[in-house]
Amino acid sequence: MYVAVKGGEKAIAQSYEALAKMRRGDTAVPELSIAQIREQMSLAVARVMGEASLYDKDLAALAIKQASGDLIEAIFLLRAYRTTLPRLMATVPVDTANMLIQRRISATFKDVPGGQVLGATYDYTQRLLDFSLAAEAMSVGESEPVAQENITTEACPRVLDFLNAEGLIEPELIPEGDPEPFDLTREPLQFPASRALRLQSLARGDEGFLLALAYSTQRGYARNHPFAGEIRYGKVSVQVVPEELGFAIDIGEIDITECQMVNQFVGSQIEAPKFTRGYGLGFGHCERKAMAMGVVDRALRASELKEEITAPAQMEEFVLYHADNVEASGFLQHLKLPHYVDFQAELSLLRGIRASLDAKTAEAGKLEAADEQAAEKSGKKAA
Amino acid sequence: MMMEMDTMETQEYQETPEQTAPARTEPEAGYNFAYLDEQTKRMIRRAILKAVAIPGYQVPFGGREMPLPYGWGTGGIQVTAAIIGQDDVLKVIDQGSDDTTNAVNIRRFFRRTTGVATTEKTTAATVIQTRHRIPEIPLTEGQIMVYQVPIPEPLRWLEPSETETRKYHAMADYGLMSVKLYEDIARLGKIETAYDYPVIVNERYLMRPSPIPKFDNPKMDKNPALQLFGAGREKRIYAVPPYTPVKSLDFEDYPFEIEHWDHRCAMCDANDSFLDEVIVDDQGSRMFVCSDTDYCRTRREEQA
Repeated sequence: MYVAVKGGEKAIAQSYEALAKMRRGDTAVPELSIAQIREQMSLAVARVMGEASLYDKDLAALAIKQASGDLIEAIFLLRAYRTTLPRLMATVPVDTANMLIQRRISATFKDVPGGQVLGATYDYTQRLLDFSLAAEAMSVGESEPVAQENITTEACPRVLDFLNAEGLIEPELIPEGDPEPFDLTREPLQFPASRALRLQSLARGDEGFLLALAYSTQRGYARNHPFAGEIRYGKVSVQVVPEELGFAIDIGEIDITECQMVNQFVGSQIEAPKFTRGYGLGFGHCERKAMAMGVVDRALRASELKEEITAPAQMEEFVLYHADNVEASGFLQHLKLPHYVDFQAELSLLRGIRASLDAKTAEAGKLEAADEQAAEKSGKKAA
Repeated sequence: MMMEMDTMETQEYQETPEQTAPARTEPEAGYNFAYLDEQTKRMIRRAILKAVAIPGYQVPFGGREMPLPYGWGTGGIQVTAAIIGQDDVLKVIDQGSDDTTNAVNIRRFFRRTTGVATTEKTTAATVIQTRHRIPEIPLTEGQIMVYQVPIPEPLRWLEPSETETRKYHAMADYGLMSVKLYEDIARLGKIETAYDYPVIVNERYLMRPSPIPKFDNPKMDKNPALQLFGAGREKRIYAVPPYTPVKSLDFEDYPFEIEHWDHRCAMCDANDSFLDEVIVDDQGSRMFVCSDTDYCRTRREEQA
């Protein structure tokens, strides 16, 4: 006999315990520390901080540990924590020209003032599994310090500023009065969105989604070949102007990756052809994300630049509504929730439609049979 | 630290077995009452007031990121958090039932963050948060229904762009929907919408009633309770104030009708409630039971 489903609370409590066990894995293996994740999984930490819009390496590392390494779950955890924090003030715009560079490359000029700085990158590693890493407690790098001399300490002018001086690229100016930025986490997204708002949305957007969109433009869906004008990664200081002081003070340093894409613009009858920009920025070392963001930012400027909108990457609503992985993941996975009632309603509807179709077919069958009989009779008569 | 928290939550759960009698408890320390800060609650209440003033109109609001996933009731939770007070008695249902895991989880969230009394009795509740059902027992004045809404825009499947659908609402241009319903009838002989059946509120705005079965649509019409709708992911709030006319779309020659079953509830013998179909053996035998567990239990208690 059917017993009404009960015991949801008990099931949830037990699932908590099962989850804690799963997270810990084999207890014979030492537990991960937050510091280990922070130091040794820095790219995962960067992604979680970026897409959660909260710069805190320790909390991001904690979220990664708590989420068993599921980065979208970690992003969700960190965002839910972020909501509870007060918003004290907006910072002064960060000046990336003053970045302490740890890596900086330009694909548009062979050499630039400040030089090309390869820094730490997977780009030229030959992707062979390094079995020496499998040996635990290796003391790599302890004896030989990282080549610090490569890292500039001087301010390093941005590559695109050289084009700017020549008037070959659209200028990018701080808007009048430097208005406080719109906060996507406090106000609903509405359309048309300003570029600043779009960039904010892309910065917290899913890396995989942006990567796929950027790739789609490269393959011909709104093709506009981008050049990586400059990609830089390093430390910038963050400043605020407290009301009671009236001048800017440093409140700390953050690591960021910035990408400036350069795209062609054919020009129009009133405007000379020139280069246009796509911009990407993210917390920590996140080149793939920053580049994808730069390409998608440029694609989304289609209506501003009077380009024909033909592809998904150019469609503001499509991109911004679907870039958020916490929203997307929640909504996709809500399909796991019970839908008995809706399904029952659909069943009932479908049965109703089938029954009336069956009735019609039966009716038609009867008529046909009657017709045949009539035809047979008349046939007999004729014979 | 982590282990400690886990054990703590387990204990918290064990202290609160299934309860039917409302009882207030102390909320957990460390969070504001009902989780959201007061500024946020005020922002949401303003959106609710606007929604009540323009029945059926979708008010954009600054939806927050909640500690529960999008799509699992974050809109409803924010509305409930904004309106709930210490003396409220909260009921949470999912698919009509108080004991499905999602309903349990949301009820537990509010018990932890507010300590308000919770109940499974429709008649004892002052606030009822729901997903996919309206209780069978008629609501009364002073009660508030909070619906969890996945997609608030009734025209969304017909027009994916929000910019466009907002224009249609501004001009009360709902021809697209009429054509859709007409095409259903032309193809299948009836309207092919079983839940989330579109309604016109107060003779003006086309509204999605959230994915309740159309069986529940007539209950919305001129209901004495205040009905609030929260869509967290889409960041919209809308409302049907008490006694507001809510009309399910139809045609003169194809009037709106609700589901009927050839069965009765196998547990309480009701023939007037929405029934869940349950498969009971490997041969696919079925039985039908009330989806509203409180209604079913109340009837059985009366019969006993």
